[in-house]
Amino acid sequence: MNELFSLAVITGILTSAIRLATPYLFAAVGEAFAQSSGVVNLGVDGIMLVGAFVAFYVTLQTGNLWLAVLAAALVGLLMGLLMSLISVTLKAEQGISGIGLYMFGLGLSSLLFKLLVGTVQTIDGFKVIKIPLLGDIPMIGEIFFQHSLPVYAAFLLVPVAWWFLEKTTWGLKIKAVGQNPAAADSLGVSVDKVRYFSVCLGSVLAGLAGASLSTALVNLFQENLTAGLGFIAVALVYFGGWKPAGILVGALLFSTVNAFQLWMQVLGVNISSDVAVMLPYLLTIAALVFATNRVRQPAALNKPFERGEN
Amino acid sequence: MTTPANLQKRIQRVEMCDIVKRFPGVLANNKVCIEVNAGEVLALLGENGAGKSTLMRQLYGLYRPDGGQILIDGQPQVFHSPADAIAAGIGMIHQHFMLVPTLTVAQNVALGLKSSREPQLDLERVSKRIQELAQAYGLKVDPEAYVWQLSVGEQQRVEIIKALYRGASIIILDEPTAVLTPQEVNDLFVTLKRMTQEGHGLVFISHKLHEVMAISDRIAVLRDGQMIGSRPAKGVTRDDLVKMMVGREVKPLAPQPLQTGPVCLGISGLRAMGDRGTEALRGVDLEIHASEIVGVAGVSGNGQRELAQCLAGLRKNTAGTIQLNGQDITQASLLERMAAGQSYIPEERMRDGAIREFSVQENLFLRDHAAPQYTNGIFLNFARMAARTREVIQQYSIKAPGGDTPIKNLSGGNIQKLIMARELSRQPKALIAAQPTRGVDIGATEYIHQRLLEQRANGTAILLISEDLDEIRTLSDRIAVMYEGQIIGIVARGEATVEQIGLMMAGIPLQETRAKASA
Repeated sequence: MNELFSLAVITGILTSAIRLATPYLFAAVGEAFAQSSGVVNLGVDGIMLVGAFVAFYVTLQTGNLWLAVLAAALVGLLMGLLMSLISVTLKAEQGISGIGLYMFGLGLSSLLFKLLVGTVQTIDGFKVIKIPLLGDIPMIGEIFFQHSLPVYAAFLLVPVAWWFLEKTTWGLKIKAVGQNPAAADSLGVSVDKVRYFSVCLGSVLAGLAGASLSTALVNLFQENLTAGLGFIAVALVYFGGWKPAGILVGALLFSTVNAFQLWMQVLGVNISSDVAVMLPYLLTIAALVFATNRVRQPAALNKPFERGEN
Repeated sequence: MTTPANLQKRIQRVEMCDIVKRFPGVLANNKVCIEVNAGEVLALLGENGAGKSTLMRQLYGLYRPDGGQILIDGQPQVFHSPADAIAAGIGMIHQHFMLVPTLTVAQNVALGLKSSREPQLDLERVSKRIQELAQAYGLKVDPEAYVWQLSVGEQQRVEIIKALYRGASIIILDEPTAVLTPQEVNDLFVTLKRMTQEGHGLVFISHKLHEVMAISDRIAVLRDGQMIGSRPAKGVTRDDLVKMMVGREVKPLAPQPLQTGPVCLGISGLRAMGDRGTEALRGVDLEIHASEIVGVAGVSGNGQRELAQCLAGLRKNTAGTIQLNGQDITQASLLERMAAGQSYIPEERMRDGAIREFSVQENLFLRDHAAPQYTNGIFLNFARMAARTREVIQQYSIKAPGGDTPIKNLSGGNIQKLIMARELSRQPKALIAAQPTRGVDIGATEYIHQRLLEQRANGTAILLISEDLDEIRTLSDRIAVMYEGQIIGIVARGEATVEQIGLMMAGIPLQETRAKASA
């Protein structure tokens, strides 16, 4: 048990934590965009699965990681358009349509995997890039500055998303549409357009989250690779109070617990691996119970908009 | 800068000609024509459902007309969305404010507009411009404040600034005074005068006659989707306007004073929490006698809603007692309160008072369905219920095709009559009536008022909670003014002026006003 607290192991855990936060960040920041505009997209996990498979498969076939990322973004966009069509244009119940999208993504990615690949294989994913100078600092360098490109991108996404939501005209429109769509509509803002944009942007990020998983973290694909990670991302949005910074805190908390349980297994700590794997999910429930700050919750979340209701 | 630069291309004249608008089953506007000129206030007067808002929503691009034409300075216009109307110089202040509470004033104003530093917001510049407009039109507001922090009057100022910021030269105000105190109404009127002097044309939608007569230059009256006529405001009388609005004469009520009985409903030291977790009632003391109407006036959100709910048994009080004819009912359940002789007409009639999808008959028997005269053992006696329903429809002149009509097809006034019928049928000793005529047309309002006075003559103690000060002043024997969860003062009929009551509603006790007046 003592070796769990050695300097090397702690460094290892923290390094893994930073790495493992990547898909959470992409997916949860993306979901924050969708939810800020008033649409709950529960299909994140499904989009991630399809994104993960497509990125994996393109890499397997072409070896071109950039093409893989592009393809994952594209399928994310397509699935986002589908979600928007169902929930924004056709005004279907968002929770149900999101779960439908998840099932679709789960089934499609499994089917394609069986048809096109069949067995679990690994690919050459994104290489670790050590940042000059910073990467040489003992401990700090290893933990923060020796990662692959998608990891850096995920962390860079946080301030960019904050800037976009808080400082741009588009961010203002997204938040207004999520809080009071009738007000936005009365000022000539197209509620549908803003929601399509937000859901699609979120879905592209979910596709990238999947790609980061299959091409930068585990470098393989298998059925249900995400194991519900997308749902944790949805929970993180609530946990983070619809703010990128809050989501960052939540993502790191979860990835740290995840890294911890992985290292416990590696070091052979005498706890059933099933219990260890359960930890992040238990934490999800606990976090949601205690994250009661609903003040910032978009008031029009989950509500389709129709003009003229008084 | 005194004259806003964006008024350079000012609209001189807007005409709407032969406007037809249909909704499923309703002809909302039937060949309506109106015109508004720069520098004047046109009042659009009519009952709820007369088609005023519908007409104006077409001018603002929210609805497309099914027929007719909109002309701006003689040029035909087609508005596909509010964006088109805004671009043409039309602005609208909606009855329910179109603001995002979680955003600041400046953010609300900037919403949907191109920024000078696209894609980045330039809120400093927006704030500066807001202050210029505020200066020019006398609209005091802090651009950095969050909208949820603002009073209703301030929120309305933000709405006006939003329209002015977009260069609106013709501005539609949909029932702008509905939520304001008398003082705030005066401030608004000062602003509106200033706007007409600056060359804006205003459309003022209302059903309040004295306001319309005070502010407008011309008055157009709509009834059942049709234009009844338009008159210059000078020289028109209240009776003329009522006749045009309702289609017949409505005499103002003048209730005679009655000998009141003993205390029926006694409230003392009542405290309760509000929905937001703050204390909404902070020690309310009030006694209502038999054969007495006590009106509770106040700006909405000062505890009136919570008071009604506490009395009805829908909200737990944290301290204090409620007595009904000497019996302590503080801890009594709803059923026990009803049995003790209390009836309740809730503020939100569609949410708390009736079930939309249910028929007239089902709604009428929501409470008394288990009474022995309407049951056979465990079965409902439908024949009896139907007979009673026919009786009530007749007696209360409820306009409904039959007892089996779902009430969602009835007008607000008729639904309210139905609820009155249900609540008054057991001759209550005490009646809590919360906003009994909100959104109800003049004809039905008149009827409901007469019923309340009848009930008073029968010895019922009535607590009338209303935001309509005219209603309170007409019906109440005594007026209790609520402010921040307390009764700030009680005045007898005719003891205080509208202005004095208005000041009490703003938290200034009567003694202070009087002291100032005599000083």
